[in-house]
Amino acid sequence: MKKIEAIIKPFKLDEVKEALSEIGIQGLTVSEVKGFGRQKGHTEIYRGSEYTVDFLPKIKLELVVTDGRADEAVKAIVRAAQTGRIGDGKLFVLPVEKAIRIRTGEEGDSAV
Amino acid sequence: MKLRKYILPLAIGAMTATVALAADTPPPSPLEKVISDAATLRVGLDTVWVLLAGALVFFMNLGFGLVEAGLQRAKNCVNILSKNFVVFAFSAIAFYVIGFGFMFGDGTGWIGLKGLFGATGPDNSPAMGDAYKGVYSALNWTGVPLWAKFFFQLAFAGTAATIVSGAVGERIKFHSFLVFTLILVGIFYPITGHWIWGGGWLAKLGFYDFAGSTAVHSVGGWAALAGAIALGPRLGKYTKDGKINPIPGHSMPLVFTGLFVLWFGWFGFNPGSTMSVGDGAAIAHIFNTTNLAACAGAVTSLATAWLLLGKPDFSMIVNGCLAGLVAITAPCAFVTVPSALLIGAIGGVLVVFAVLFFDKIHVDDPVGACAVHLCNGVFGTIAVGLFATDSVPGSTLKGLFTGGGFALLKAQLIGVAAVGAFTFIGTFVVWIILKKTLGIRVSAEEETEGLDLGEHGQEAYPDFLTRAPGSRHS
Repeated sequence: MKKIEAIIKPFKLDEVKEALSEIGIQGLTVSEVKGFGRQKGHTEIYRGSEYTVDFLPKIKLELVVTDGRADEAVKAIVRAAQTGRIGDGKLFVLPVEKAIRIRTGEEGDSAV
Repeated sequence: MKLRKYILPLAIGAMTATVALAADTPPPSPLEKVISDAATLRVGLDTVWVLLAGALVFFMNLGFGLVEAGLQRAKNCVNILSKNFVVFAFSAIAFYVIGFGFMFGDGTGWIGLKGLFGATGPDNSPAMGDAYKGVYSALNWTGVPLWAKFFFQLAFAGTAATIVSGAVGERIKFHSFLVFTLILVGIFYPITGHWIWGGGWLAKLGFYDFAGSTAVHSVGGWAALAGAIALGPRLGKYTKDGKINPIPGHSMPLVFTGLFVLWFGWFGFNPGSTMSVGDGAAIAHIFNTTNLAACAGAVTSLATAWLLLGKPDFSMIVNGCLAGLVAITAPCAFVTVPSALLIGAIGGVLVVFAVLFFDKIHVDDPVGACAVHLCNGVFGTIAVGLFATDSVPGSTLKGLFTGGGFALLKAQLIGVAAVGAFTFIGTFVVWIILKKTLGIRVSAEEETEGLDLGEHGQEAYPDFLTRAPGSRHS
C-alpha cells in the first residue's frame, strides 16, 4: 500500500476529486493548510501599510491506495491539479505498513 | 390590539376629568379649543420626532460596536463588544445622575449648577422661550417635555464615550475603561457641552455647533487620542526601527454592517438636533446635507486611498464615509447642499491623511477614531465659519465664504481650541492618574493571548478556528 500526500491549490480540489473518482478511488481526506515553497508569500496592504503574508492557504489531501493503483492515482492528481504556474504544490508517495478498517477490523488491501 | 384595552379606560378617565373641570370654568370657545388642540398636537409631534431621533442615535451604539469589532482581531472581539455595550449603560447613568445637570442646568458660563441631580430641577417644559420657568433654560428653545430633551441628550452623551472605546482597543483594562467612561460622561463631556449647548461662554461668544462635531465627536476624539497616547501602541504594531506592522481587523462584513447602522443613526443625530419638526423644511434639508456629505466622504476617501496607496482600501472608505458624517454634523443646518458635498469631500481626503499621520507618529488607533472623530470634528466645526449661510431654512449665520467675514470663523476657532485644550489635557491627566492607580494596560501575556480570555474568560468564536497558523490575526 502507498500513501499519497498532495499539497495543491485550494480551488483545484474539486477537479482533483473528480479525477480520482473517475479512476475509482473511493476515499480521501483533505485539510486546510498553510505553507510556502518557491512561490513564497505575497504582499497585502492594510490602512496604508504593506505587509507580507508568508504562509499561503493550500489544501492537503491524503489517500492510501494499493500498490498497483498508486501510479494511476498520482497521475490523476498531477494532471488535475496542474495550472503550470508557480504555487501548484507538491506530491509525496510514502510506503504504508498497515491499514485497518475500524468498522470491521479487516486489514491490508481490502481495508483501503 | 392589546393597547386598546388600556386606552379606553384612560380616555374615559380623561373625559370625566374634563367634565369635572368644566363645571367650574366656562367652556372654551370652538376656536380656543382648536388652538389648544393644535398646540398639543405640535408638542406631540415634536416629542415623537425627538424620541424617534434619540432612538436612532441610541442605535448607533450597534454601529460603533460592529465597526470597532470588525477592525480588531478575533481574540479581542468579546472585549470590544462588552466595552461598547456596557459603555452606554454606564454613560447613561452618569449622565442621568450628574451629567445632564452640569450640562444644561442654569449656572455660570463654565458649568451648570442648578437642578444638578437626576434632572429633577424645577421645569415647566414644554413651555418655550420666556414662558419657560425652570432651571434648564438653555433648552427652552424646544417645545417638548423635559424627558424627551433628556433622552435625546443622553443618547448623545453615550456616543462621545463610545468613540474612545475603539482607539484604546486591544490593550486596555476593562475596569479602567469603565471608570474613565464615568468620568468622561459625568464631568468632561457635560462641562464643554455646557459651554456650547448649555448657554455657556462659547454659546455667548457666537460659537455654533449644530449637532456636535465639537461637542460630541471631537470631545470623544480628544479623549481617545489622550488614551491612545497614555496606553502606547499594541504589541508588535511598530518595530524598533520605526516600521509599521499593520494588524488587520478580523471581519470586514462586521465593519460594513456597522457603517450602515451608523449612517442610518446619523439621520437621527443631525436632523433630530432640530428637536422640533416645524414645517419640515429644516429637517428635510438636514437629511440631505447629512446624506450627501457621507456620500462625498466615501467617494473622495476611495479616490485618495486609490491614488495614494495603490488600492481602494475598504476600511479607509468606511472611515471616509464616517469622516464626511462627522464633518457635516456641526454645519448640517447652516450650509447649502452643495457646500455639504464639499465639506464631506474634504473630510474624506482629510481622514486618509490623518490615519497615515497618526500611524507615522506611532499613535496606535486600531479603528481610526482620532482620524474620523477628532480631525473631522475639528474640521466640521471650522467649516461652519467658512460655509454657513442664511439662505437655508432656519439658519441666520454667515461664514467667510458667504459674506459674513471672519467673525464666525474666529468664534469657531476659539471654540475648537478651548474645547480641545480642556478635553485633551484634562482627560490625559485622568488617564495618567488611572495608570498610576488602577493601571490601564493589560499584561503582555494577556495582550498576546487576547483580551477575550484575559478580561472575560470567553471567546467570540469558540467553534471556529480563529487563529490560523501564520496568520497576522493571532
